[in-house]
Amino acid sequence: MTVSSASTRITYREAVKQAIREALLSDPRTFLMGEDVGRYGGCFAVSKGLLAEFGEERIRDTPLSESAFVGAGIGAAMGGMRPIVEIMTVNFSLLAADQIVNTAATVCHMSGGQFAVPVVIRMATGAGRQLAAQHSHSLEAWYAHVPGLRVVVPATIDDARGMLKPALASADPVLIFEPASLYNMEGELTEAARHADLSTARVHRAGRDVSLITYGASLWRCATAADELAAKGVDAEIIDLRSLRPLDDATILASVRRTRRAVIVDEGWRSGGISAEIAMRIVEQGFYDLDAPIARVCTEEVPLPYPKHLEDAALPNPARIVATVQRMFSHAD
Amino acid sequence: MRIEYRMPALGADMDYGTVVEWHVQPGSRFKRGDVVAVVETDKGAIDVEIFEEGVVAQLLVQPGTKVPVGTPLALIEVEGLAPSPALAGEGGGEGSSPSPALAGEGGGEGSFPSPALARERVPAGRVRAPDSSARVRISPAARIRAKELGVDISTLTGSGPDGAVTRDDVERSAKGMPSPPPSPSKLGEGVEPSPPPSPSKLGEGAEPSPPPSPSKLGEGEKKTMRDAIAASMSRSKREIPHYYLSLTADVTHAVDWLAAHNAAVPVTERLLFAALLVKAVALACRHEKGFSGFYRDGRYEEAPAVHVGVAVAIRGGGLVAPAILDTAIKPLPTLMQEFRDIVARARAGRLKASELAAPTIILTSLGDSPVESVFPIIQPPQVAIVGAGAVLPRPWVCDGQLVVRQLCTLSLGADHRVTDGRLGAQFLGRIARLVAAPDSPEWSAT
Repeated sequence: MTVSSASTRITYREAVKQAIREALLSDPRTFLMGEDVGRYGGCFAVSKGLLAEFGEERIRDTPLSESAFVGAGIGAAMGGMRPIVEIMTVNFSLLAADQIVNTAATVCHMSGGQFAVPVVIRMATGAGRQLAAQHSHSLEAWYAHVPGLRVVVPATIDDARGMLKPALASADPVLIFEPASLYNMEGELTEAARHADLSTARVHRAGRDVSLITYGASLWRCATAADELAAKGVDAEIIDLRSLRPLDDATILASVRRTRRAVIVDEGWRSGGISAEIAMRIVEQGFYDLDAPIARVCTEEVPLPYPKHLEDAALPNPARIVATVQRMFSHAD
Repeated sequence: MRIEYRMPALGADMDYGTVVEWHVQPGSRFKRGDVVAVVETDKGAIDVEIFEEGVVAQLLVQPGTKVPVGTPLALIEVEGLAPSPALAGEGGGEGSSPSPALAGEGGGEGSFPSPALARERVPAGRVRAPDSSARVRISPAARIRAKELGVDISTLTGSGPDGAVTRDDVERSAKGMPSPPPSPSKLGEGVEPSPPPSPSKLGEGAEPSPPPSPSKLGEGEKKTMRDAIAASMSRSKREIPHYYLSLTADVTHAVDWLAAHNAAVPVTERLLFAALLVKAVALACRHEKGFSGFYRDGRYEEAPAVHVGVAVAIRGGGLVAPAILDTAIKPLPTLMQEFRDIVARARAGRLKASELAAPTIILTSLGDSPVESVFPIIQPPQVAIVGAGAVLPRPWVCDGQLVVRQLCTLSLGADHRVTDGRLGAQFLGRIARLVAAPDSPEWSAT
C-alpha cells in the first residue's frame, strides 16, 4: 500500500479513489464497473481521471440496469476476476437486490463451497445533502440481515482508504457503504489505513460514562455530542462499528461493560433496524452489566424530507444524542 | 374489594416500624385521613393516616411487633379499586393469609431476601393494591454489585433514571457514604426540573444507617435519632456553604404588648414570645425570597407556601423540627395553639409524618435558656434557619441615653449558594422589625 509514513490531509473521496487506484495497479483481475464511473468520473466524482489512466477495459461504464451490471460483477467474480461494482446509492441497489441477496450471498453455500463470489459492491448511503426520499435512505442494515454477505461502512479517512483491499481479498461478497455526506470531509490519512480489516469495531474515543455505538456519518455526530457531553461532565466513549456484518460483539460488550450504559446512534430507522440488533446483543450478553436502559437515537420514521430544516430534524443530530444521554443520568419521576 | 394495608415508609430512611397501637379493630369503619395506627420509628411515634375509605377486615400485626416497611399490617375492604390479580379469587371471604400478594411479586427476584420485595416507596399511610411497583427499581449491574458487596438493596435510594438504583448508589452505600441528591451534577442544564420535594426531615441523607437492630424500644431508638441528626448535620456542614448574620433587636415594645395582651385573655390563650418569632419568620419569608425553599440538584426552588419548622428539643436528648403548616396566613392565636400542640406532641413522640416532612425553613429558639445567640445549622435541603436567643434586659442606647431594654439577638444561617449577605441582612432585618412591633401595619398588611 502506498500510504506515506508522514500523515497527510485528504478528502474521503480522495481516499476512496486512492484505494481503487491502488487495487487497479496491484491486481490485473480488478476492474471498476458502474453507471457513469468512466467518462463522467462517477456520480460522486470518486473515479474522476481513472478512465484516462486505466482505459475502458478496466473502468467500465454500464447501462442503467443495476440488476444487469451487478449480476455481471457477480459472474465475473465467480469466474476469477476481482470486480469493484459501483452502485450510485443504496436506494438503487434495490433494483439489484435479487442479484445480491439471492445470488451473491448464496452461491458459495449452494455450490457446496465450489464457488466463491469475491465481488466488491460499493455504494453511497445516507442523507444530509437534500437529495430527498429516493436518494437519502440508509438501507445498509437490510443487507446486514443476510448471511453470506459482508457489510462494512467506512466512516473515517483511514477506513475509506483501507477497507477496499481486504474487501477484494475476501472470498465473500463485500458491500462497502460510503456515506454520501462524508465525501467532502477532510482528515488525516494515517498508518492505520494499512491495517484496516472487515470485522472489528474500533474505539473512536475512549470514555468512562456511556458508550455511543454508531457507524458511518453518525460517527461524527457522536463526536460532536461527546465534546458537548464532556463540557457537562459526561465522559462518552464512541464505538465506530465499521462492520455491520459481522458485528463485533466483543468490542461492543467490552465497552458497555466499562461504561454500563449504551446509546446506539443509527441513521437507519429504528423499527427493525440494526440498532435493535445491537441492543439485543447487549442484553443477551451484558444484561447484568447494564446500569441504565439502552437508548437509541435513530432517524425519524419518515421518508427523508427534501427541505433542509426537515431533513435536519429527521436525522440523528448531536443535540438529540446529548439529550438522550442526559436522560440516562437524570432522575425524573 | 379487599386489599392489604402495609407498613408505610414514613421517610426515605425508614426500614422498619413498630406498631405501637391500633386505633381500629376488625369491623371498624375508617375514612380518608383517619389515624389508624401509631407506629414507632427512629423519629418517634407517628400517627399513621389512611387514605381510603372502608372497613377493617383483619389485623395482621400485633402491637409491639417490629416489621419491615411494606409488610402487610391489616386487610381492609375498600371500594372503587380494581381487583388485583394477586388477590383475585379470594372474593369476599375471610382473608386468611397475607402471603399471596408477596408471592405474586417475587417472580425473578430469586435469591433476594423478602424485605426487598416488601419495600414500597410510597407516601405515608398510602394504601395500594399489591402490584409490581413494590419491586426495587434497580439496574442489573447494581443488583449484581449489591450482591457482591452484601448491600441490602431495599435500603437504597436510587439516583438513576426514574429513581432507579444504580451501581454507584450501591457502592456509595457500601462505603457508608450518603446518597447524592438525585441526579448527579454532571447533568448540567437542559435537564427536566427536579422531582417534587421528597420529605425533608432530620436524617435525610442518612441512607447508610443500618436498620435499627431489633432491640427493645428506648435507648436504641434514641441512638437512631442521634444517628439521623448526625447524618443530616454532617451533610449540611459538608455541602452547604453557610453564612451567618446576627442582629440584636430591642423587643421591649413587643414584650410589653404581649404582657398587655396576655393580661386580657384566659391563661389558655396567652401568647408566648416564640409565637411572635414564628409568625415574623413566616411573614418575612413572603417578602424576601431565597430563604424558604429547597436546594436540590444544583438549583434552588422557592417553596410555594411557607411552613416554619420549630426546633424542639426532646427530653433526654434529640431534636425534631415539625412544621406549623401555612404559618404565614394563620392568625397569632391559632399559631400559638398549634405551637403548643406540636411541641407537646413532639415531646410525647406523637408527631405526624407530614409535620416532620413539611418545613421550608426552621426557627430555633433558645429563649428558655441563658444563651444570647445561636449560630444555627441548616437542615438540608432547606436553605436557611433562623435562631433566637433569650430575651434579656440589657443596657441599650436609646435617643442618646443609656437605658435598660429587653433585647433579643436574632441570627440567620443561610445557604450562600442561594443568597448573599445583603439579602440575608434584609431578611433578618425584616424579622427583627416585625418581632419588635407586633402591632405594626406590617403584620396586618399580609
